[in-house]
Amino acid sequence: MTPQEELAEPAWPEGSPLATEPPGMSSAGKSRHRPPVTDPVLEFRHISRRFGSQEVLREVSFQIQRNETIAIIGESGCGKSVTLKLMIGLMQPSSGTVFLDGKPHRERTEDEWTRERLRFGFLFQGAALFDSLSVYENVAFGLRQNTDWGEDEIADAVSQRLHEVGLPPTAARKMPSELSGGMRKRVGLARALALAPEIMMYDEPTTGLDPIMSDVINELILQTRQNRPLTSIVITHDMVTVGRVADRVLMFYPRARLKPDEPQIIFDGTPQEAFTSSDPRVYQFCHGQAGERIREMTAA
Amino acid sequence: MAAGSTLPRVRDPITWLGMGLIALTRQVGEFSLFAFQAMGWLLTRRPGRTELLLCMVEVAVQSVAVVSLTGAFIGMVIAVQTYDQFRFMQMETQLGAAVNVSIFKELGPVLAAIMLAGRIGCAMAAEIGTMKITEQIDALWALGASPMHYLVVPRFLACVLMTPLLVLFADAAGAIGGWFFAVHVLGVNDAHYWSHCLGYITTFDVLGGVFKSIFFGAAIALNACYRGFHCGAGAQGVGQAATEAFVLSFLGILVLDFFLSTFLNGLNDILYR
Repeated sequence: MTPQEELAEPAWPEGSPLATEPPGMSSAGKSRHRPPVTDPVLEFRHISRRFGSQEVLREVSFQIQRNETIAIIGESGCGKSVTLKLMIGLMQPSSGTVFLDGKPHRERTEDEWTRERLRFGFLFQGAALFDSLSVYENVAFGLRQNTDWGEDEIADAVSQRLHEVGLPPTAARKMPSELSGGMRKRVGLARALALAPEIMMYDEPTTGLDPIMSDVINELILQTRQNRPLTSIVITHDMVTVGRVADRVLMFYPRARLKPDEPQIIFDGTPQEAFTSSDPRVYQFCHGQAGERIREMTAA
Repeated sequence: MAAGSTLPRVRDPITWLGMGLIALTRQVGEFSLFAFQAMGWLLTRRPGRTELLLCMVEVAVQSVAVVSLTGAFIGMVIAVQTYDQFRFMQMETQLGAAVNVSIFKELGPVLAAIMLAGRIGCAMAAEIGTMKITEQIDALWALGASPMHYLVVPRFLACVLMTPLLVLFADAAGAIGGWFFAVHVLGVNDAHYWSHCLGYITTFDVLGGVFKSIFFGAAIALNACYRGFHCGAGAQGVGQAATEAFVLSFLGILVLDFFLSTFLNGLNDILYR
């Protein structure tokens, strides 16, 4: 069967809603509108990033509008997590400029960056909880470092954040090693939200979780956005998450598999458009079809 | 052209030497930059009291037994090894001087520091390395904390402040161990043992050892933290970081000891002769 024939045969039976729209996509998700493209909070302009001789990103340009939820999808190794770290300044581009509110990252002083970084909340892939600190101390960490709040205020804020992510007060005393994967992610989310960020970044928020817990995390991402004005950037492989939470989808493609002059972002549109894309690479990714990749890997 | 052919192939010793020197220069440069950054944070912002206290407990309280035990056995071993030579010259009572000069000037500070490099240096490198590969260091940045200030400064201060204290414990244990074996096992006269000992050991010798240990502590902390921050991926990377932390701290202690001993001997000559 050729790749085109494979594409003609969707993964779901014809007529099924899943054949044309993202799995798990709610009616609210379908009717979501992309925010007007007038107020970019973050912008990548001609960004390239190399690691030694390996070029992970080349000439990548895009904007993220204020208060939109954008999902960045793509195969492993296509530079999604690197993109996230470039956004928050944890990594510097080899060339090109990242703008935050119209100001290039590199024009900011170290002190300015320390302040600006507090506008970001970051949920790491493995939650990245500090092993030596309890759940309470983890959630309180950012508050202790960046505010002059008293212990009572910190305790209130921690308790509120834990409640917000659905964790009981008794969880506060636990150490990260005593938590399940889903609980770790929720503590990571509570910690990221403690400083009331304007921009929330999720690095593969549902990876390694069972479907129920994945749904809980997706729901928390939605609730977080409903509770406060928030720009959200979600890096994920999970198309259910994309369908549920994203206003807009960017799909990155690995440099090594692109033609020399082809842009690395091969899709920029709504989740619904992604699921019905005419580009076989986008369609196959959204529907979890290996297509010609199996033959390529076998040949390799 | 195949991808592999773009890699430089080492064909001759000159190329090999050149590549080695470039790598060494880069490592030294990166380490120096790391050390300067740590000093910058140390001078501009005080570390958190809790972090500093926890590091001090980790360095000092949990090491005092093993360092004291090392000191005690070193004292006894020196007594065993030197006793026959001194007896041959009928100078057994000089044993106290030999044991204590060795311990206070060299073996106490150096062996205590090496024990710390093994116990604390490896643990620090492994802990920070694990934090790096599990993105905890990135999380510190993301939460508005400087990893250099939060992780390196308290560890550096704890090592610099606590190593001299531990060296004093090692010195004391070595002195007691040597005395016990010489007097109670080998039968050297107690009064003569101590009188000769006090005749040869000066305050300068004791303080010189403590002075050296400040530099040893700094070297252990900086090297361990640097290795942790530059740890490779996975369990193998963490293991390698811990091993490198110990080996390079060990070498660093010996190299520093040579230069500091030379400096202190010169200073002693200027001050007292």
